[in-house]
Formats: sequence, structure tokens, C-alpha cells
Amino acid sequence: MGYDIKLEYRIILDWIKKDSSVLDLGCHEGELLSLMVREKNAGAHGIEIDEQAIYKCVELGLSVSHQDIDNGLSEYGDRTFDYVILNQSLQQVKKPGVVLKESLRVGKEVVIGFPNFAHYRARFQIFFMGKTPITPSLPYEWYETPNLHFLSICDFRDYCQRQDIRIKRTAYIGNTGIAGIFPNLLAQTGLFLISK
Amino acid sequence: MSKTIAVESLEKIEQSDSLGVVETRYFTFAKASDELTLESGERLGPLTLAYETYGKLNAQKTNAVLILHALSGDAHAAGYHEGDEKPGWWDEMIGHGKAFDTDTYFVICSNVLGGCKGSTGSSSINPVTNKPYGLDFPAITIKDMVNAQRHLIDHLGIEKLLCVVGGSMGGMQALQWAASYPERVRSVIPIATTLKHSPQQIAFNEVGRQAIMADPDWKGGNYYGGTFPAKGLAVARMIGHITYMSDISMSEKFGRRFNNGKIHSRFGAEFEVEGYLHYHGDNFVRRFDANSYLYITKALDYFDLSNGKTLYEVFQEIKAKFLIIAFKSDWLYPTYQSKEILKICKLVGIEATYCEINSTYGHDAFLLEIEEETHLVKHFLKKVFNGYAVVENYGI
Repeated sequence: MGYDIKLEYRIILDWIKKDSSVLDLGCHEGELLSLMVREKNAGAHGIEIDEQAIYKCVELGLSVSHQDIDNGLSEYGDRTFDYVILNQSLQQVKKPGVVLKESLRVGKEVVIGFPNFAHYRARFQIFFMGKTPITPSLPYEWYETPNLHFLSICDFRDYCQRQDIRIKRTAYIGNTGIAGIFPNLLAQTGLFLISK
Repeated sequence: MSKTIAVESLEKIEQSDSLGVVETRYFTFAKASDELTLESGERLGPLTLAYETYGKLNAQKTNAVLILHALSGDAHAAGYHEGDEKPGWWDEMIGHGKAFDTDTYFVICSNVLGGCKGSTGSSSINPVTNKPYGLDFPAITIKDMVNAQRHLIDHLGIEKLLCVVGGSMGGMQALQWAASYPERVRSVIPIATTLKHSPQQIAFNEVGRQAIMADPDWKGGNYYGGTFPAKGLAVARMIGHITYMSDISMSEKFGRRFNNGKIHSRFGAEFEVEGYLHYHGDNFVRRFDANSYLYITKALDYFDLSNGKTLYEVFQEIKAKFLIIAFKSDWLYPTYQSKEILKICKLVGIEATYCEINSTYGHDAFLLEIEEETHLVKHFLKKVFNGYAVVENYGI
């Protein structure tokens, strides 16, 4: 069963107000970023570590920096952007706590999207097969995954509570669309709109 | 002999997307009583700038791109000079279908003030003495070079440049253009460059200058009409070449190979890398003036874009968009210097794109990584030229 990446983008686009300023951390080849420019008229900038992805972004007419988001966002002042996007990149940075804190400083709101490690298929593979799970949202073998951290939707909620981070909106995407119930079990991806 | 070369090069021209035969033109200004006031306070005139143009200026005059050359470059950026075998120094980037597509853009390149390739410099005739200036030539700066170019751009009737672009010293001029004339520049492409020369960069230049001045033929700069200080300038150039390459690119190019297997020759050019340096040193003295080398390297060393203000103040005035390009193995202009340009752009909210090309060529990469540069420049320029309504192929 495939995973609907477009649904993920649609939800994030719905959360973004028109004409806002957006910083996309880990913008990959700029798919979401260009949608935000085109559909939301966003003043958007992306940061991406992969050189080939940068060429793709420039081809799309996007403004991007070839940088490592772990090295900080110190050049940006507080609340510079309406939104900071961390879609499928938080689990890949070395220090997610620091990156999150910085994102909440430079962005008025932050959009987070990550693969849910507690999805039932992942649990099944660990519990019955004793193997590192491979699912549509966690598609990599252990020896080639770019993911450095594995977290669940519950983990992230707990973290927000402990850090006094406000969760403003959530969306959970499962195998066949929105996962309405038991998100920590049924969602492959968790999306959160948060602010300090 | 020269006829054969001409025929061969003509054939080559016909086979390629080249601009064909191009000519250098000259613009003279700052005549008596209207001399150019330099940053040093001295006045200089009349001044001539050698320049070339490629493509056509459109009716609205919105498609002009100013290319700025590096230390040893000249106005001849693209196409062939009559009878020449080699094209201009950035020919791969300028022409039909190339990064700076001459079907769309009007491309200008001029030799810098202080140069020795047709523009007024230390080897030009001083109208007061009717002899070459030598060290009577005043100190010049990157800002002076840009000020002189501004007169050329006025002369060409261009109010606003679509883009100012250059590598190394060319990048410094591009940055200076944006700082000096913020309302006249729509985009800036600084490549492998810096906001200010570092002590290490100054140090390398000083060794080059000392080599020239240690040559007995230099004679305090008064060598015109006598023996040229070839040895000194060649050594300066050799030092330059070492800093333009990288450890890897030298290993790949030369290894530890010997020239013709000759060793124990009592210090001839035995290793291939030695031969390479000698060849480039000797070649350089045939085409470059030793005093110009002193003046231009000094201009590089003086360069500090902030110039007494804070960088924030300087960049706050700038309205242009930036495409900043750096190369991983460039240790002469390390990537941190390009990242500083990016950082100040972000601080003041200038739209900037930054790419660090994974090249092993060192500083030379800006003349060699054509494919990557073409991709970046082409799309960036298209967006600046057409406004935001480009981007037809979102792919989603």
C-alpha cells in the first residue's frame, strides 16, 4: 500500500496562510516549496544539504541555501518567518532539540512532519520478526537510512508538553488517508503545527 | 604560418556555438579638468577602458549583463580575436544557448582600471610626461575599478544592469557594484569570492609583489623600454598558480611524474608540476605587465566591502537578488567567505541562493566547473529577467 505524499503536501498547504513568509528546512528538491510559492504566493526560502537537490530547486526558480541545518539559524532574527517547515527532516538532523528550538525562535509557527515509528506495521516487524521495521514512511534498510532519530507521535506530544510548546493543529496520515483514530498506532506520518 | 592558424581557427569557429570573431573597443573619458577622483583622493585622467560586448541590447535596455574579470583576465571574455586559436577566457559560459545566452542577453566585459589589456594602467602613457606611468600611477581600489565601469555603462546608455557577475576579483567587483550603485543592479552573482581580503590572501599577494620587486630588472618600476622583470613576474605567477589549484587537483594532474624521465639535473624542471609552473610563469610575462600585477594585487588586498560602515548598513541599501557560488576545494577563497555573503544577505532579508559545488579543482574551479555553473546561472538569470512568473515545470 503506497503512501500519499500529495496528501501530506495538501495538508501543509492548507495550514499556510496566503502571502506568508516561509523557511523550509530540508526542502529536498523543492516540491513543497514551489507549491507554497505558486499556490500561497509565499516568500519562501529553502535550506538543503544535498547538492543535486539544490540544482533541482534552482531549476524551479526557488531561492535556496546549500547548507546544513544543524549548523544553526543564527543569522535569522526572532520571528523572521511566518512559518518554518520541518517536513521529513527533523528525524535526520543531528540535534533535533536544538533545531526545533531555533525553528520556534525564527518562525512564528512551525510545521513538523515525521514518520511515526510506532505505526502498527513497524511494531509488528519489531515484535514478531525482531527486525528493524521497513514501512512506506520508513522505507530504508538500517544500513542506509538517512534517519538518525526514531520517534513516535506519542513521543512528540510528550516532548511538546515538557517544553511548553503549543500544538495548534495536527493531522495523521495512515495507509489509506487520514488516520482518524488511534494515530500512534495507525498513522505513518504525523503532522503538527506548533508554536512557542 | 599565421595564415594556417587563422584558417584552422576559422574552421573551429564554424563548428561551434561560438560568437565567432569579436573585437575589443575602447571608451575614453575623464578628460582634462574632468578627471576621475580615486578613493585615494588623487585624480586620474584621461582614462580608457577596453571592452567587448556580445548579443544585442533590447529596446527597453533591460537585458544587460556585466561580466567582471579576475586578476589576470581582460575584456576578451568570449568569441575569437581575428587569427587567434584560443577563445576568450569565459567563452564556455557566453554565447548562443550558453549560461549567458547572447540570444537573450546583452553581455559586456571590460578590462579593469589599472589593467594592461587596453585599459589605462601603470604601463599607459602619462600625458604629463609622455612616458609610461610606472609608479607615478596612483593606487587604485576595487571601488575605483567599478566607478570607471560605471562611466562605461552610462556611455552605453544602460540605466540598470540585469546582472553583475564575476569570479574571484570579478566577484569583488560584482559585490562593489551592488554596494556602490544599489539602484542600478538587479542581480549579483559573486563566485568564489569574499567580502574582504583575509590576512592569508594578502600574504600570498605580498610574496608575489616581493618577487617582482626583487627582480633587478624591475628598477623601481621604470623598466619600460628596457629589460622586462620577467623572472620576478614569473615567480609571482607561479605562486598564484599554486594557490589556484588544490592538493587533489595537483596530484591528479601531475602525480610525482618526471619530465622526460630526467632527474639529478641540478635543479632543472624535473617534476611535471615544476614544468607546469615554469610554463605558466613564462607564458604570463608575455601577456602581463609587472607593475599592473603590483597595482591590481594591492587593490585586491585593500578590498573590504564594509569600508568604514557596518556590513549591515551596506547591505541594507542593496535591492538585488544574489546567487552565491563557492567551491569545496577552494582554499584561496574558502567557502566560509561565501557563506559570510549569504549570512549578511539573510540578516537584511535579501533574496539569496547559495550553492557549494563539490569540485576538486580548487580556486580554478570557477573557470572549469562549467556544467554546474551554467545550470545555476541560466535558471537564476531567467527568473530575474522574467520576474517571478517563470517556473513552468513544477513537476507536481
